[in-house]
Amino acid sequence: MTGSSMAVEPPLLSVKNLSVAFPTEDGLVRAVDGVSFSVEKGKTLAIVGESGSGKSVTAQAIMGIIDRKAAKMTGEIWLDGQELVGLPAGELQSLRGSQVAMIFQDPMSSLHPFYRVGDQITEAISAHRSIGAKAARAEAMEMLRRVGIPAVERRIDDYPHQLSGGMRQRVMIAMALINKPALLIADEPTTALDVTVQAQILDLIASLQGEFQITVIMITHDLGIVADVADDVAVMYGGRIVEVAPTGTLYHEPEMPYTLGLLSSVPRMDRDVSTRLEPIPGNPPSPIRLPPGCVFAPRCKYADRVPDGACMTTRPELLQAAPDHLVRCHIPSEERREIAQGVLRVLTGGAA
Amino acid sequence: MVAYTVRRLILMVALLFALTAAVFFLFTLLPGDPARLTCAKACSPAIIEANRHRLGYDQPVLVQYGQFLGGIFFGRTFSSDSPQPIVCNAPCLGYSYTRHQQVLTLILNAAPVTFWLAVGAFLVWISISIVLGIFAALNHGHWPDRLVMGISLVGYSMPSFFIGLILIFFVVLRWNWLPFPSYVSPFDNPLRFLQTMILPWIVLAFLNTAFYMRLTRNQVLETFHEDYVRTARAKGLPERTVVVKHALRAGLTPLVTAAGMDLAALLGGAVITESIFSLPGIGSLAVNSVLQSDLPLITGITLFSSTLIIFANLVVDLLYAFLDPRVTIA
Repeated sequence: MTGSSMAVEPPLLSVKNLSVAFPTEDGLVRAVDGVSFSVEKGKTLAIVGESGSGKSVTAQAIMGIIDRKAAKMTGEIWLDGQELVGLPAGELQSLRGSQVAMIFQDPMSSLHPFYRVGDQITEAISAHRSIGAKAARAEAMEMLRRVGIPAVERRIDDYPHQLSGGMRQRVMIAMALINKPALLIADEPTTALDVTVQAQILDLIASLQGEFQITVIMITHDLGIVADVADDVAVMYGGRIVEVAPTGTLYHEPEMPYTLGLLSSVPRMDRDVSTRLEPIPGNPPSPIRLPPGCVFAPRCKYADRVPDGACMTTRPELLQAAPDHLVRCHIPSEERREIAQGVLRVLTGGAA
Repeated sequence: MVAYTVRRLILMVALLFALTAAVFFLFTLLPGDPARLTCAKACSPAIIEANRHRLGYDQPVLVQYGQFLGGIFFGRTFSSDSPQPIVCNAPCLGYSYTRHQQVLTLILNAAPVTFWLAVGAFLVWISISIVLGIFAALNHGHWPDRLVMGISLVGYSMPSFFIGLILIFFVVLRWNWLPFPSYVSPFDNPLRFLQTMILPWIVLAFLNTAFYMRLTRNQVLETFHEDYVRTARAKGLPERTVVVKHALRAGLTPLVTAAGMDLAALLGGAVITESIFSLPGIGSLAVNSVLQSDLPLITGITLFSSTLIIFANLVVDLLYAFLDPRVTIA
């Protein structure tokens, strides 16, 4: 995000007014609607939201793996000075895996069941570089060692089903980083893993990020892991960003009621045991029939605080609440902060 | 792998034993007297009784079954007390009294016809359906897809005897494009062989093509949505590699199982197609043996066809384990 305002370099990734819509028989599915954000080199941006909030589609748009025949895409995606939305398919293909790489939620289904893991990695190498089979294999072996695969000499010839879930995700990470990409998109990289393995994988990503100077976009629905890994957080809802802030700010001074709802539904160690987890009532909106006003308004406890029912009729803009802090909400800033502090006090049993 | 194969082969033999028993006993329960069928118009009670004794039909069923099994392993001699005994060497599947030939000889004479019919049809249907199925999947939801699926539906709905008769009527009788089908070996007269077989191949391949086109399309479409195809694309592989090496490789593998079993079933006799085109294959032989209540021939053909299917089952399983590393056989 805008992280340190001292930055001289332009951000590595800058998404401007990105929209992705899929025409279907039931109507136009607006999966992503006017999303803008940027990430500076070497930083980690977490994109948080429920299923259907548009976070994965945003990631796939940046990867350039959205089927252009099936989707309407507008806006701009600038990666290291190059615009991606208008790029021909061939040039996008050469960027994928070399400049931008991605790891996915379920490493079991993301690795091809018919090919040895070593071959899948060397395939990624030779897609972008002319390199001999032996050298490619040596490189794959080195990378597998780096991501913490034991007995690499044997494991490199294993099939994915012969590895554990954590090992498979390590292989996915090795495969993603083999060409030293500038940007790594991790789409719920730990969701399918055991809790004990989750932390290992997150640590691994963090250490590789430092080593290879990689910028990371971490897509997750789990605010619990965001605090440990992200510099900035963008909260998405109904295909749009509703709040962006540095991680500390988002946790301690959230303003958007949806963010409050997310925070209230995460179990926390410092939570007062007498307060119960509070789920957000209702369901996410249908991307075909979005509410006319604020997309969160139908589920928002505080929507009636805004006069004239503006929450139900007018789309709020994403506006600056503080230098690094953008919020999409009709409630006046002062009042939002009051509400937020009240909620946080209840969450931590008055300690905050 | 070797141990697995050996175990499967032993199981196969056990299964075939059970099968011969089932077939043998089932047919002895059928109404009709096999001894009566041996002499047609010449029958008198004395001849029938004499033949009954000569053919062993006066023995208990279990003894007859024992003799049948013994014949398979050691050979046997029919009418041993008559002046002209019939020696049937192992593996002896029996002797057909209606045709006065050994069952094995009859089957071996018919088998090449069915073999060429089945293999030719197999090549036709597999190549057409895979090409069109992939073509449809790549154009999912657009007119090529709809066209292929439409053809498939029509193919599905038309019985093969109908297509066969239509083809014979127009291509052979009305337009005289081809001579009337009459089987010759491809080694004796290749041109005549092709002229005879082209229509049976089309008819036999028709239904399977319709089915396999749909199967191929659905399989390929399904794998297009697999996560590992997305990964292949995310790696920056060329689209052709993504489709061929990642999607098709996984999507078409299950076809091996279905195609192998279907081919084996055809090798055991294509009854309708052989009858329409009067091809003297296993299918025609089977129909005639049933019509003539030729018990030894029915038993022999059943044994032959089921051996093919059971054997194909094993081959397909081994092949699948070879193609899909997740399948382990032990």
